[in-house]
This record gives sequence, structure tokens and C-alpha cells, in this order.
Amino acid sequence: MKRFKRNKLAMIGSTIVGALVIFAIFAPLLAPYDPSRIVDSDTLPPSIWHPFGTDDLGRDVFSRALYGARISLTVGLVAVTIAITIGTFFGLFAGYFGGLLDSAVMRFVDVMLAFPSIFLILTIQVMLTPNIYNVMIVIGLTSWMGVARLVRGEVLTIKERQYVEAARAIGADDYRIIFKHILPNSSAPIIVAATLGMAGAILTESALSFLGLGVQPPTPSWGNMLMDAQAYLIDAPWMAIIPGLLILVTVLSLYFVGEGLRQALSPKEEIK
Amino acid sequence: MRKFVIRRLIHLIPLLIGVSLISFFVMHLAPGDPTQLFTDPNVKPEELARIRANWGLDKPIIMQYLFWLKNAVRGDFGIAYMINRPVTEVIFGRLPATLLLMISSMLLTLLITIPLGVLSAIKKNTWFDNFITVFSFIGMSIPSFWLALMLMLMFSVNLGWFPAVGMYNPLLKNPDFVQRFFDVAWHMVLPLLTMTLVSLAGLTRYQRAAMLEILNQDFIRTARAKGLSERVVLFKHALRNALIPIITILGLSLPDLFGGAFIIETIFAWPGMGRLGVMAIFSRNYPLIMGIVVLSAVLIVLGNLLADIGYALVDPRIRYAKK
Repeated sequence: MKRFKRNKLAMIGSTIVGALVIFAIFAPLLAPYDPSRIVDSDTLPPSIWHPFGTDDLGRDVFSRALYGARISLTVGLVAVTIAITIGTFFGLFAGYFGGLLDSAVMRFVDVMLAFPSIFLILTIQVMLTPNIYNVMIVIGLTSWMGVARLVRGEVLTIKERQYVEAARAIGADDYRIIFKHILPNSSAPIIVAATLGMAGAILTESALSFLGLGVQPPTPSWGNMLMDAQAYLIDAPWMAIIPGLLILVTVLSLYFVGEGLRQALSPKEEIK
Repeated sequence: MRKFVIRRLIHLIPLLIGVSLISFFVMHLAPGDPTQLFTDPNVKPEELARIRANWGLDKPIIMQYLFWLKNAVRGDFGIAYMINRPVTEVIFGRLPATLLLMISSMLLTLLITIPLGVLSAIKKNTWFDNFITVFSFIGMSIPSFWLALMLMLMFSVNLGWFPAVGMYNPLLKNPDFVQRFFDVAWHMVLPLLTMTLVSLAGLTRYQRAAMLEILNQDFIRTARAKGLSERVVLFKHALRNALIPIITILGLSLPDLFGGAFIIETIFAWPGMGRLGVMAIFSRNYPLIMGIVVLSAVLIVLGNLLADIGYALVDPRIRYAKK
């Protein structure tokens, strides 16, 4: 914790993420307008009344951005939770039991990694009805492979440790060893992966919504705000600049936090 | 070495079967079939049934897959719906544009990333290093499609320096080779810039980490202790070793490169495989989707294999360990 605090970028990152979460939670209180109602003339440039301007329909971009934060952060969080759960589960069992199970799981990981994942996601989204729940599930189901490899690697080293041997000697069963001894000791890299994974999931969601295959209008998400903005690049550039900057800042902050956690949690990195 | 390559090539077979199996079943996950996209009310139901039978969509999915697999093994990926030309022909018509973009971007990335990463490592914790670090993080966080839009806004809409979309100037009548070359290069600037900036960031981080790790090794201390000049130590001892991991990372980043191409080609209307793929997905052009997925997977896996071979070639430690 102390080491994390000393990392300036990580502190800035976590402050921004914290602020965004608060903005997202209190969006209904903070938003000056209803995000899906037409409140003024269309494509008004930023002003005191509309800090981020209005969009092509005359909706307030600031209010939409606040509500968009809710959607984007939620999708990121849920998607990464799915990915981490699947990845950890596969990694734990493959690494611990080894043998045929291990090779089967790892070959499956290889297959999944040979896809350009955006392609798989796009295909699934076109085939299913694109909505916010499918987006979360699809992103989760296509981004667990890295975690599985990571956890498997951790398990392979941890299961040779003496405390695991000791646990086995006093008669602990496999289930207990995996969840009571191995999982807690491999949690550090999982936490780091979760932070970075959330950044990735937010990026993927925005790309999907941008192509019209993610969160569907009128629900605002940063990605579908950008989709609307594409046609008004000349008349209303703020419509494109603001959601993009928000994605950039959010993802960047998450990366800083993840990197800070990695440095704080790994004993190898020396602190300067 | 030959044994290693052959073994890896054999591994490819189940991998590709897995890839095709998953994509085939994912495609058929949804109820209905592509004929439902025909909204023309004049098409009679029996007409639709005939089309369905023609495309083999009336058979069970397993049979459809086995039929596809049987032909695919022989290099026949079927006829693309609507376009009515062989899938392979359609894809290979689009492949050069994609490869041109991807290979140029890869070369440009390497050309920039290696010096940046190495310099960043040598000057660790200076303002230069910090600047590069923050810059790479920004590059990793920027949504590629947004970067594309912003570059378009700046260089195409506001400044008017480069064309925003397409690959050729349609007004160019009977251009000779030189004219055509500059025309394409002109159109390629913005997509190339987008792709390069996006992949640059991550690779620079890796290059920096690789160089730092090498600089901490014993043989560098030995070289310095021998009294070799810093230049010789850095460029003859450290750099040569620090370049090795970048080969692997480049191989591993291929799926991202393909994924990026899908979106970037779509935005810039670049007539490549990625844009074709997005179109195929939206119109549920099953044979075309299958062809593109399998071809991308082949290219990705072959890329990884080439990276591994390259790794073994430049690093004698691996070569000897394999024997």
C-alpha cells in the first residue's frame, strides 16, 4: 500500500477513477438535463448552459456523458468480472491437475487466441440482438484467455511450495488446497489483470457501440455517442472530441492504477 | 530445427479445425438465416426455399459444417452469397490492400519503436523516459477509431492535407505506375498513421523493458568492467540481445493488428479484408465470414510460427536447448 501511494501516476489514476465512479453513481443528481430528451437547438457549441454543447438532436452532451459513464463503467466491470472468473477457474484447474485436462484447456486457449477477437465479438453481436447485457457477456467470454494462462503459470509454481505440501500432508483435499491455499496466493497478478482487463473491456465496448453493435440508443454510452458524432465531424466536432477524451482518460487512469498495483505487489521491482 | 517447424505445422491442424468449428457454430447461433435479410416483398416463399436449398442452408448444421470442411481442406471455400464469386477470389482481391497497410505499419512501428524504447531504457527515469512512458500509456489507452476520427478531423477536414477515405483517386485517368504509387501513398497516410500510433505504444514499453533487463545482466557488468566504452557496451552487447524479445511480441500482437484493421479499414473506407469482413458479418454472408476467419487465423498462427523461428535463429541459446 505504501509503495502504491508513492507512485504518483497511480495515485492520479486512482483519484480520477474514483471521481468517475462518483460521477457515474450520482449522474441523476449531477446531470442538468435528461440525457435522452431534446432540450435545446441542435449542435450548439459548448457554452455555460451546455458545458459540452448539444448533439445532432439537441440533447445535452454533458448529461449524456455523465450517463454514458455509468454504462461504460458498468459494462467494463461486469465484462471483466466474467473474464476473470472464467480465466481463474480454467487456470486453477488446468495448472493444478495438469495432464490431459491441462492440455485440453490450453489448446482451447490457443484456439481462442488465434481469432482476431473483435471479429468473434462482432459476429456474435450481429447474430444475437445487440444490447447491453449481450455486450457484457460477449466481451467477458472473449477475453479470459490471458488470465487463464497467467493463473495457470502462477499455480504451477505455487503448487510446488512447501506450504502446499504441508497442507496435503495434514490431509487437505484438492478442493481445499486450490481455494484456500493456491488461489489467495495467486491473487496479486489476478488483481492487476483485472484492472488492465477493465481498461480493455471499456475500449472494446466503445468500439462495438461505435459500430452500432453495442449499447443501443437512446441509452447513451461513450461509444455510441461517438457513432452519432461521426456524421457531424465538421459541424459539431465537440460531439466527437468529448466522449473520446473521456474514454481515453478513463482507460489511461485504469492503466496507471494497474501498473501501480503491479509494481507495488511484485517483490522484484525496486522502488526509486 | 526442421523437426521443430514440422511439429508446429502439425499443431496447426487441430487449431484451425477448432477455429473453424467455433466460428461456424457461432454464426449459426442465431435463429433464422441470411435469406431473412431479403426484405423484398416480391420474393415468393418458394423462391426463398430454393435459394436456401441452393446455399445448403436446409441441411442440419453438422452436415453443413462437414460439407464446408471437406471442401475447405481442398482449398474450396465456397461461393460468396450475393457477390456470386468464389470466396477465395473475393478475399485474395482484397488481401493486398490489407497486407500493404499492415506490413507498412509494422515496418514503420519497428523503425520508431526500437530507438525510442532503447533510448528510454538507457535514460531511465529522466524526463525523456518519463515522457515516453506517459506517451506510450496514452497510446495504449486511445480508442483506435477515435484516433482515426481525430486525425481525419485535423488533417483532412481542417487542414485538407490528406484524403479522408478510400485508396485511389477515382478522377485519375490512366495513371502510370509512379502516379498510382503516389496516389495510394497519399491515401494511405492517415490509416497508416492511426495503425502505427496505436501499435507503437505497447511495443515501446516492451522494448524498454527488454533493454532494461539486459542492462541488469552480468555480462553487461563484465563488459563494462573490461573497460569497453559505453557505446560498445550498449550497442554491441546490450542492444543485440534486447532486440530478440521484440520479435515474439510482434508475432503476438498480430491478432490485435488484424482486429485494428477491421475498424480502421471500415472508418477510412480502405478496400481491404477487414472492411470486407465487417460487411460480410453485417450481411451474414456465411461462406465469406468463414473464409476470412480461417484466413486471418492462418496468418496469425503462421506469424507466430515465423516469430518463433526467427527467435530461434537469432538466439543460439534456444537453438542449442532444442537439440
